[in-house]
Amino acid sequence: MCCLTASVKVTTDIDSLRSEIRDKSVRVIDVRREGDYKQDHIPNSVNLPLATLLSDDSPERVLKLVNSLGIDDETPVVVYDDTFGALASRVAWTLEWIGHSDVTLLETTYANWKSLGLETDSLTPEISNKEHSMNLQSNILATSDYLESAKLRDDVILIDNRERLNYLEQHIPGAVSLPYRTLASSDGILRSKEDMKRLFDNRAISGDSEIITYCGSVGTLSGLAYYALKSAGLSNTKLYVRSFKEWKNLEKPTDKQEDANYWDLSAE
Amino acid sequence: MSISKLKPSSVDSAKPKINWARIDEADNFANTVKLYRQGKYDEDSFRRFRLQHGAYGTRMTSDYAMVRVKLPAGEIYPKQFETLSRLSEQYSIGSAHFSTRENIQLHWVILEDVSEIFRSLAEVGLTSREACGNSVRNVMCSPLSGVCSDEKFDSTPYALATAKFFLRNPMAQSLPRKFKFNFTCCEKHGMVRMVDVGLIPEIQQINGSEQKGFKIFLGGGLGNRSFIGHQLEDFTPEEDLLYTSIAVMRIFDRLGDRKNLARNRMRYLVNDMGWEKFQNLVLKERAIVRATQSVVTKLKVDTTPDKITRPLKISDESGSSVPDGYARWLKTNTIKQKQSEYRSVFITLEAGDITSNQLNSMATLIREFSSEGKARTGFVQNVALRYVHEDDLVKLYSKLLENGLAKSGGLTMTTPVGCSGTTSCNLALTNSHRLAKEIQRKFLELKLDEDDDLADSSIKISGCPNSCAQHGIATIGFFGGGGRLGKDMYPNYQMSLGGRFDADTTLGQTCLRVPAKRVIPVILKIIEMFKENKQSDDTLKSWIHRIVNDSEDSNIKSIADIKNILAPLVVPPTKEDDPDFYLDYGSDTSYHTKTGKGECAA
Repeated sequence: MCCLTASVKVTTDIDSLRSEIRDKSVRVIDVRREGDYKQDHIPNSVNLPLATLLSDDSPERVLKLVNSLGIDDETPVVVYDDTFGALASRVAWTLEWIGHSDVTLLETTYANWKSLGLETDSLTPEISNKEHSMNLQSNILATSDYLESAKLRDDVILIDNRERLNYLEQHIPGAVSLPYRTLASSDGILRSKEDMKRLFDNRAISGDSEIITYCGSVGTLSGLAYYALKSAGLSNTKLYVRSFKEWKNLEKPTDKQEDANYWDLSAE
Repeated sequence: MSISKLKPSSVDSAKPKINWARIDEADNFANTVKLYRQGKYDEDSFRRFRLQHGAYGTRMTSDYAMVRVKLPAGEIYPKQFETLSRLSEQYSIGSAHFSTRENIQLHWVILEDVSEIFRSLAEVGLTSREACGNSVRNVMCSPLSGVCSDEKFDSTPYALATAKFFLRNPMAQSLPRKFKFNFTCCEKHGMVRMVDVGLIPEIQQINGSEQKGFKIFLGGGLGNRSFIGHQLEDFTPEEDLLYTSIAVMRIFDRLGDRKNLARNRMRYLVNDMGWEKFQNLVLKERAIVRATQSVVTKLKVDTTPDKITRPLKISDESGSSVPDGYARWLKTNTIKQKQSEYRSVFITLEAGDITSNQLNSMATLIREFSSEGKARTGFVQNVALRYVHEDDLVKLYSKLLENGLAKSGGLTMTTPVGCSGTTSCNLALTNSHRLAKEIQRKFLELKLDEDDDLADSSIKISGCPNSCAQHGIATIGFFGGGGRLGKDMYPNYQMSLGGRFDADTTLGQTCLRVPAKRVIPVILKIIEMFKENKQSDDTLKSWIHRIVNDSEDSNIKSIADIKNILAPLVVPPTKEDDPDFYLDYGSDTSYHTKTGKGECAA
């Protein structure tokens, strides 16, 4: 059992990444679409569009992708995206899942990187294949079956990271709402550690519980929440990676907020 | 290096003059919520505490709150808009809601997150403290104060000073009930006769010199029973403003009814006691207040004029193409200011709702177009962008179009006021909020905003007999309830006609009950009757005014005549014939009335 509030490095700051790129001591993954990547990207980064990963995210396939990106067990990896860290989180989580331990998120988005006038490049680096071992971390994955039984336990907190209106309309029974936007700061993909801890502390989301996160369909928003929790030292967290889409397809029970026309309060 | 240090931040020319916030209240609130959840705080004390801090209950649940952010005198700055935008996405439903009292509300906030909102509000000087509960609520000021050509002087600094004086003031922490101040510019643009204390700026010549002061109205208010305020005296000099306010509050504090929650607003005290007696008490009490202050107590009125600087246009690629709809918008959404070459632009929302993106856009629009560098919220769930140079209006309109903020009819009857209704309120019986939006969409489609005869009328819709939408002073007002045919219930509204909130403030007269799904046809029928019977220079408002005052001599002479003509429209069909009739707007399940406990009186 790991210590419950051990602080884990979840993001890499801009300055560190720039020096690691200069030292060639890091593998940077850009998870945007191929076209965007080809136009420009952080120098020396490799492209792994999220859709490519999701087309088959079985461990064997993921391992092949990881090898082809020149990542072995010892390679430090930093992932970035242009969607507030959610897509990057899903990729980072998948690497963790097959057993890669040194993976972090860039603290900001690519758009912000560019707006700060930092260096970009349009060259695709030459990469030679590496051999990564397979060491599946099933303790960070929640399946629907697992979730169904875990939900009954008192020491499990289920978190819904979709927007509030979606949550009010329909959610997995027992889930609490924590919209993904809540996790960001005004200029970073995640709040500072202190701010994050206070947010969770107010919500009584603590290391005494096992935490499961989910979102709409493929585990991106909830992937970001996985890292948010980790940044606050809440490492006993699982991602229900197939999320609400699967839950509904399986026709499992859902809950909603009754007797209020909350949608009519939203401006479209 | 942190990211924020790397990034240049936008510089605002105008900054808030007053910081309303106290950061320690965020920690205190967070801790109190924890104690409450642990059962160490009883329900009633917690509710009082929560309301004192501006967090209101939510329909049918104790998990959520509504945070009501005060905008004293209606002033709001670009950075405050940006913060509200972010907060609406993080903690609310991705949009925020402007109230009729210059507050902006975040709904469906998890109670445990409220303190996080306080923390962010404090960074931009805003508070929700005493926005609910038995305290001095947000001090309002006309959105045209300072720019209105009919005003004697700008009352904004007095509104701000009054707000500052009473906020967190021990004498205002436990009043018998809520207490409201409204300042205005002139008779036409304010609502001074339907609040506890209403004030119109006035100048008198005294011994050859000009003396600033106010006409003060006391004891008005809308609600289950509504009353119109009484003028205290001919003229109250400015140095007596504070003493008068304190005197009135002391009397209310001493004599107000603390038991009977349904009738303990000050207007009931005034009514029960009789105006003359109340008036005498106030004048005596004011003499005592003035004579017994241990240190000289004064309002800190900051009358330094705001800097008016027309924002520099970085690029002027606009050319001269005028977008469609511009003339219509210019006519129905803008007002000429007393300052030549400037207009105040009213931004129309649907029943006060604004998305997080639009909140962000508002910050940009202020920076690019307002020469005073800030905005004002209005009385009808809208926002006024003032000091817009006339040469910039076309460009501003184009920008508003891009941001979905260019709806016309802002200053006409086509923009109804609708309270939040069953979208979030515990007391609501109907979805008044959605009905207001449906009327607006329909009337804009019919281009009724272009009809001059309808411009000075108003439609206001509350979801229950309480008057959050101020239906009692509308030309056509509605409040929600349930109707029944046999065992089937349908959403229904009581309609009143002829209310007004100007110098001739009048409460509307009850006309008849109109089912929700018949409200639009009924209003259209009233307009038709008016067109058939009007005199050449009539507006709908003046025509209805004559009818309610028994001085109309056309075919329609009374409210009863109108009622007779409308009666066939409001007959309920059977559920088999018209199932939709039995559904409220925005709902696909059978209508039934359901309410929780109100907190207005808590």
